[in-house]
Amino acid sequence: MEEKRRTRRTLVAIVGAAMLVAGACSSGQQAGKSVTVIGTWAGDEQKAFLAMVKPWEDQTGNKVKYTGTRDINTVLTTGVSSGVLPDLAGLPGPGQMTEFAKAGALKPLDSVLDVNTYKSETAKALVDLGTVDGKLSGVFIKAAIKGLIWFNPSLHDYTSAAPKTWDELKSQASANKGDAKAIWCLRLGSGAASGWPGTDWIEDIVLRQAGPQVYNDWWAGKVKWTDPKIKTAFQTYLDDVVANIPDKTEAVDPQKDFSGGGDPLFASPPGCELFHQASFITGLGAFKAKKAGTDYNFFPFPDIDPQFTGAVEGSGDLFGMFHDTEEAKSLIKYLVTAPAQDIWVKAGGALSANKNATSYPDDIAKRSADLLANAKIFVFDGSDLMPKAMNDKFWTAMLTITKDPSTLDATLADLDKAQTDAYKKP
Amino acid sequence: MDPRLGTALIVLFGVPAVIVGYIYATEVLLRGAPERLKPRVRPWLWLAPALLFLFFFLVWPTILTIARSFQGQLAGNWVGLDNYAWFFTSGEALVSLRNSLMWVVFLTLFTVGLGLIVAVLVDRVRYESVAKSVIFVPLAISMTAAGVIWRYMFEYQSPGSPQTGTLNGILTTFGVGPISFLQTQTLGLNTLFLILVMTWMWTGFAMVIISAALKGISVELLEAARVDGATEWNVFRHIVFPLLLPTIAVVSTTIVITALKTFDIVYVMTNGNYGTDVIASRMIKESFTFGQLGRGSALAVILLLAIIPIMGVNINRFRAQEAIR
Repeated sequence: MEEKRRTRRTLVAIVGAAMLVAGACSSGQQAGKSVTVIGTWAGDEQKAFLAMVKPWEDQTGNKVKYTGTRDINTVLTTGVSSGVLPDLAGLPGPGQMTEFAKAGALKPLDSVLDVNTYKSETAKALVDLGTVDGKLSGVFIKAAIKGLIWFNPSLHDYTSAAPKTWDELKSQASANKGDAKAIWCLRLGSGAASGWPGTDWIEDIVLRQAGPQVYNDWWAGKVKWTDPKIKTAFQTYLDDVVANIPDKTEAVDPQKDFSGGGDPLFASPPGCELFHQASFITGLGAFKAKKAGTDYNFFPFPDIDPQFTGAVEGSGDLFGMFHDTEEAKSLIKYLVTAPAQDIWVKAGGALSANKNATSYPDDIAKRSADLLANAKIFVFDGSDLMPKAMNDKFWTAMLTITKDPSTLDATLADLDKAQTDAYKKP
Repeated sequence: MDPRLGTALIVLFGVPAVIVGYIYATEVLLRGAPERLKPRVRPWLWLAPALLFLFFFLVWPTILTIARSFQGQLAGNWVGLDNYAWFFTSGEALVSLRNSLMWVVFLTLFTVGLGLIVAVLVDRVRYESVAKSVIFVPLAISMTAAGVIWRYMFEYQSPGSPQTGTLNGILTTFGVGPISFLQTQTLGLNTLFLILVMTWMWTGFAMVIISAALKGISVELLEAARVDGATEWNVFRHIVFPLLLPTIAVVSTTIVITALKTFDIVYVMTNGNYGTDVIASRMIKESFTFGQLGRGSALAVILLLAIIPIMGVNINRFRAQEAIR
């Protein structure tokens, strides 16, 4: 009996000691106030983001703990089911944002932000994209305008008479090709997301050929891939673009990153004459070291059907809040303000969703920001709005048909099959 | 205080204290038990923590995965065999199955075959240890790193520009190519090129084990055969090879399991594009990229079912060996 009591005492002592140590740990974590942030930004973008939060850190004395990952979708999807989530996070896209908001993981921002100011400073289309069931769930930390066509003015300067229609573009491009090896630069490689630069092509064509209504129905799964309107867009891409690139195999190589896709513009002789890519390309590849305006310039994607003139496709990085701590609230409130946005905008390669952020480093960035702010019809990147499984198949399909255009019919039929499956209610 | 210090303290003192405390507690508990029962109960008490860990970290997740494979995209929505029906009707899933089978057949064939040849050949030369080291080294490289290295081997540049990829560099000096190795889908050739990477890594493993078994064969036996007039080929075919068979079987099962679990190489080099997906990479895509946890679990169960017979063969062989001893 005496023996047993002694053992129990020993056990209690051990457990007690363990608890003390554990307690010491958790109190240690609360000492420094910090906000955990997960995003997709790495390299220069990460630097720009950290520069952006620096004034907030200095002012509040809090710390931002940033982790960059290319697999943000996986991290957040598993996080939502396990409950292990950062305070703030970049969201993979509006589709996933809606899912997270409906699951109750994302905290609404209506009472956190100064909503009236936010709405007056931000394009309505972007505000709407961040709203789920009437609640503001995501804000755009940065934006981009898609479908700009880049050229090297030393080969031919399009600035004075940019092509207004697709046919004009085709004739002007072949007339001014000079000693360039091909008309178009094209690179679809992007690691696990290889293929997406091609989806931008199709989206830009669908938007201007079939119009915003078809475009929105298409990403929502209400228009089939084999539908003549969509198929024509693919056909246009294959006949006018893919037929005029230097090398198909290289274009679809997953190891050849899209960021270097425009580099041949600056080669001598030029590898190609024109390059189709979003506004953020100026922060990537050879563009970074070149001078805007003199070394490179752009003109907006021309109209295909005149009735849809002024339509613009954009995209952006959504940001949401998973834990509504005071620090997290204060940080997200700060991030959408014009002074914060100005810091990133000045670093280059990004546009701001905030109209009052105007510190663009050059004329080109300013022009693209104007396109974004003044778009008559604004649509969001369609593939990013599709369910993830559909988006992924779209990427792969772009690799397949670009490599071998004869597979178009079979590929579109495959996409139809995937569509029936991907849009099913879970 | 740095929170990590607390964790370190727990690990340093807490864990051993709990273990000692547990063993002490079991002894105290046994003190009251009849003397006859003690030796029978004690091993179970000592095994209990390990068994508990095994249950929570292996058996329980397996049961959950199997249960999940009968549910749809949302947990709790029971769909019967739908996920398995999907597997056998979806083009992509079947391609991944075909590729996994290719991996099993060719990786085993290549690594064990080459390993055997190298082991037998280097057995007869003076620089054996050097040759073996060189072949063994790739095994120490992580699969991701190997994938990155071989990307440079297979790299493709458009015709006319300098070929930075090693293989295309060699080919073009002979006026052939360039070939885009990883995009060649005909006959699953690109999957074969991926298998080549793994072969480069794992041949050393097969070689080392087979070579060790080779050293265990008594020289007298071989001498006797030679005295009786057997040719070198006959010595290998009728004496060395049969004696190596048990070892080859063990090496083969290990390689087969490795082949079925392949993921890293495919993920790094092609990410499953151009029809190179294997079951494991498909599983990750379905579960975590598309959020189809039901389908992902079904794939995991199929992978498990495929591995079980191989494990069975392995365990039977161990038993047989124990019996001989």
